[in-house]
Order: sequence, then structure tokens, then C-alpha cells
Amino acid sequence: MESLLALTIGALAASGVYLMLRRNLLRFILGLALLTNAVNLVILAGGRVTRGHPPLIPAGEAGLAPPFANPLPQALILTAIVIGFGLLSYALVLLYRAHEELRTLDAEAMRAAEPEEGDPEVEP
Amino acid sequence: MSWLILAPILVPAGTAFVSLLLWRHLFWQKALAVLGAGGTLAASLWLVGAVHAQGVMATQLGNWPAPFGISFVADHLSAVMTALAALMGFAAAVYALGDVDEARFRHAFFPLFHILLMGVNGAFLTGDLFNLYVWFEVLLIASFALMALGGGRIQMDGAVKYAFINLFSSLLLLSAIGLTYGMTGTLNMAELALLLPETGAAGLVTTVAMLFLVAFGIKAAIFPLFFWLPASYHVPPVTVSAYFAGMLTKVGVYALIRAFTLLFAQDTSYTHTLLLWLSGVTMLSGVLGAAAQFEFRRILAFHSVSQVGYMVMGLALMSPLALAGSLVFMVHHSLVKANLFLVSGVAKRLAGSFQLRKLGGLYQSAPALSAIFVLAAFSLAGFPPLTGFWAKFLLVRAGLELEAYAIVAAALLTGLLTLYSMVKIWAEAFWKPLPEGSAPEPERVGALAAFYLPMLLLAGATLLLGLFFTPLLALAEGAARELLDPAHYIRAVLGEGARLGEGP
Repeated sequence: MESLLALTIGALAASGVYLMLRRNLLRFILGLALLTNAVNLVILAGGRVTRGHPPLIPAGEAGLAPPFANPLPQALILTAIVIGFGLLSYALVLLYRAHEELRTLDAEAMRAAEPEEGDPEVEP
Repeated sequence: MSWLILAPILVPAGTAFVSLLLWRHLFWQKALAVLGAGGTLAASLWLVGAVHAQGVMATQLGNWPAPFGISFVADHLSAVMTALAALMGFAAAVYALGDVDEARFRHAFFPLFHILLMGVNGAFLTGDLFNLYVWFEVLLIASFALMALGGGRIQMDGAVKYAFINLFSSLLLLSAIGLTYGMTGTLNMAELALLLPETGAAGLVTTVAMLFLVAFGIKAAIFPLFFWLPASYHVPPVTVSAYFAGMLTKVGVYALIRAFTLLFAQDTSYTHTLLLWLSGVTMLSGVLGAAAQFEFRRILAFHSVSQVGYMVMGLALMSPLALAGSLVFMVHHSLVKANLFLVSGVAKRLAGSFQLRKLGGLYQSAPALSAIFVLAAFSLAGFPPLTGFWAKFLLVRAGLELEAYAIVAAALLTGLLTLYSMVKIWAEAFWKPLPEGSAPEPERVGALAAFYLPMLLLAGATLLLGLFFTPLLALAEGAARELLDPAHYIRAVLGEGARLGEGP
């Protein structure tokens, strides 16, 4: 199970990084989404993968008998998914607006904030 | 559970909430913004006093004992940083009244601004790594929105670069946190400080430390991860630039200091040597970048990069004097750099441009502005008796004591080159006559107080803290003492029963 998880994380991270290295910024965002999921899986794997019971204390007992599934990474991932989703949607909207203003999604062609020598200088 | 520690987070949170309710009432929103920022300042100054009197303070949310609950910790470093953040926030809130346009106010400028203050203070006060990530995201999303608000061509470009690189750094931070949890089974920083030296996998710990270094390094803008900063800090309104330059890189530096004194202080011959190299290259590359620029705010942005090098230098040297120097430098740099950005905003209003070639004649038309600029620039370059002198003096002396001559030489050379850029701004913007064809914007009457009050406040703080340096030094030495002996921090969070004997 761990090795399958590790391979999945590796594949997701590799495709994510590959996409993020492209010049087209839409691909950067797609890569970011893949990498987010890879990182979430890293947290899941960090909490150990056990074939255990849900961490619920049965009625009448004082504590849990191991093995039980570790709930903390799942809580962390839930938070991370929510935050990641919010940021991803913000990034998409930002990119849409940037495309409206700059008419390009090519990272190399976006030079409005950093004009090179000879470019017309833009005032904010 | 002590509400005092949470006050610097709760006050801006409440302010943001109420000003969202006042969506259509701009006047009250503005009044509340200044009031809320003032309240945050009062709360955090109170916290500084309490921490200085009692030592490290900690509180657990919902009274769950650490490490099960969420801890908030205030030591000297966090308390001084919250006070600094609140002072910057107050100055920026007042300046915004004159600087920011109606359209931005109508699109929730002040609620976002207070969410940013809340995120910054949360990052300073949290005692838990995952919460640090969450606070980082809170301040990032607010800062993304503040940067993009207004939506011009140049702003979209700057905001895209700023947002995307920071999203990437957040992912690195999150994966580092996941791996830390996998190694130790906890994310409470005090417990991590006890457990990390015992994991028996020093190599793995150093690997994770490097992930943290890159993640925080992007946010702090150290070499070679700083390129987003000069690309984006000059695009939003001056108020926002000033607050970002004064505070946001410091959050990264703060996180670096916290991580590399509390968590990863075992393999210092590797990690701190690397930090030392990075700090030297950061100083020089930033200041050389500034020398090549001819736009007021881009010069200042590149200087921010070089000054981050000094703060990391104090961390890398890791002696009591050096860490105290780092903290003094952070205080000094926030006051001065924010002030210089504010000056650039008034210069743009008076002479119509941020381009040094198109500026001129400000010495004649605005003597008070010139005086404030000279004070801030001299402090940045390190002239006595201003704060910059003391900050550099502490760092250089710490370097000489540890016989790290190369970094001292880099620091002094950077100081000299800083002076060169400041003289360039002075000669171009203030000294030479206004070039033909420049069209100054008409001065908005009534906004003058909003512009000059925060600048005078920050300039006064620079002068007073420089002249009466002892209280600041006492706070900085308290911080250094606590950073070098994590037992204070651990005991405050985990209680007196913590197994300190086995720890570091």
C-alpha cells in the first residue's frame, strides 16, 4: 500500500512540476493543482497507512484499542484541500483577468511590470 | 486561557468583520480602520510589556493541553514583531486615507487590509506548524487581493508573478510539514524541538530543514528566490507597497529564525553555514540590482532584498549578539523601508512620476519631505545615531567576534552601495531641477495630514529608537536569550513537567 501511494505521489508530483515548467501560465495552474494533490497524499502517508478501525471510542470503553486509523492527517488534509481549492480558484480568476489586460498567458511575454531597456515605460 | 496573547489577532479580525458589515458606509469604514489599527497597536504593545515582565507566555485554545490543543506562544521575538506589524499597520491605515482611491475603498480595501494584519500577527504568535501554514495562507490571500485590487495592466502582471510563486512556496511548506509529521507524529513546535533531535535520522531532518528553508526563503526573498519581489512590489498603491515591504518579507524571516533556532539547530555546521552564504549573496545581489534601477520604488524593492540578507546573517551567526542584531535590524528596516515607500508616494504626487529621470526639484518644493527622506536614507545606509547604525553595529560586531570576516566585509560593502543608491535618489529626485515637460498632479488639499502624519510617526520612531537605544536593545537581548535556549519556549508551552533533561 505504501509503495503504491509513493508511486502515485511521485507520478503526480512529476507531472505537476513538468506542467509548471511550461511557459503557458494556464498549464502552471494545472500543474499546481496536481502538485497540491501530491502534497496532500504526502500528509496522508505521513500519518502511516493502517488497515484499522475508525478512531471512535465504543460506548462503555475508556480509550481506543490499536490499530485504528490516524484521524489527524485527515483533518489536516481537509483543511489543506479547502485552502488549496480557494487559492486555486483565486489563481484562475487572477489569470483570467491578467489575460484580459495583457492578452497573453506566456510567462516570458508578461513584462508590463518589469520593462526592459527600450520598452515604453508604464506608469501604474 | 489568556486573551492577551490572542488580542493582536482578534482585534484586526473583529475590525475586518465589522468593516465588511459597513460595506456601503465608507466614512465609518475608514474611521474604524484607523481605530482598529490603533487598537491592535495598543494590544501588541501591551503584549510586549507583559512578555518582557513575565518571560515567554503561552495559551492553549479551548484549554486542551499542549500538544493536543492549538498553542499560541508569545516570546520576545513574536511580541516585538506583532508590535512592529501593528505600528506599520497603523501608519499604513492613516496613509491610505489620502493615498488609496475611492474605487479601491469601495472594493473592500480596509477589510482586506485588516485580514492581512490578522494573518501577519497570527503567523507571529502561533506555536504550531500547521497553523503557521494556515496563517500564511490567510495573509497571502489578503495580500494577493490587495495587490490585484484596481486591475490595471501592470498590476495584473505583478500580481500574477507574486501570487504564483507564493502558491508554490506554500506547497513546499505544506509538504515539509507533512514530512515533519511523518517523522515525529506532532506539529506542536515546542514538542518538535524535543523530538526532532531524537529521531535518529539526522539526514532526513536536514532534508526537511532544507524544504523549510526554500519555502520560507521564497517568502523572505533571499537569494536566489527573490526575483518575484522587484517584479511585484511597485505595482500596488504606495500604501500597500509600504506595508508589504515593511512587513511581509519579515514574516518569512521570522519563520526562518523560528525554524532554525527552535527546530533545526542540530546540524548547524551545515544549515547555518548555508544560511551564511545565502545571506552574503542576498545582500550583494540585492544592492547591485538596486544600483541598476531608475524607478523610485524598484530601487527600494531591490534594497529590501539586500536588507533581508542582514537579518539572515544574524540568524546564521547564531550568537546572542547576532540574533539581537537581527531583531533590531528587522525593527529598523520596517520603520525605514516603509517610510521610504511613503515618501516615494508623496514624491509621485508632487512631481507626477516614479521615474527618477522625470522627478526633480523636490528639495525646493517640499523641504519637510526632503528632511524625512534624508533621515530614512541615512538610517538605511547606517549613519549614527539612527537605528540602522545600531543594527549594523551589532551584526558587524557579532561577525568580528566569531571571526566571520567575509560576511562582515560583505555587510560593510553593502552599506556603502546602499549609500550610493540613496545618493542617486537624492540627486535625481530632490536636488536636480524639475525636468521640462513633467506635469505635477495638483495637490489634494486636506490629504496632507494623512500623508505626513504616518511619515513623521515612522521618522520619529527611527530617530527616538536610535537616540534612546537601550530599551530596544533590552528587548532584542531578551529575544536572543530565549532563541538560544529553547527550554524557555518549551516549558512555557508544554508546562513545567516537560522532559527537558533529555532535550537539547
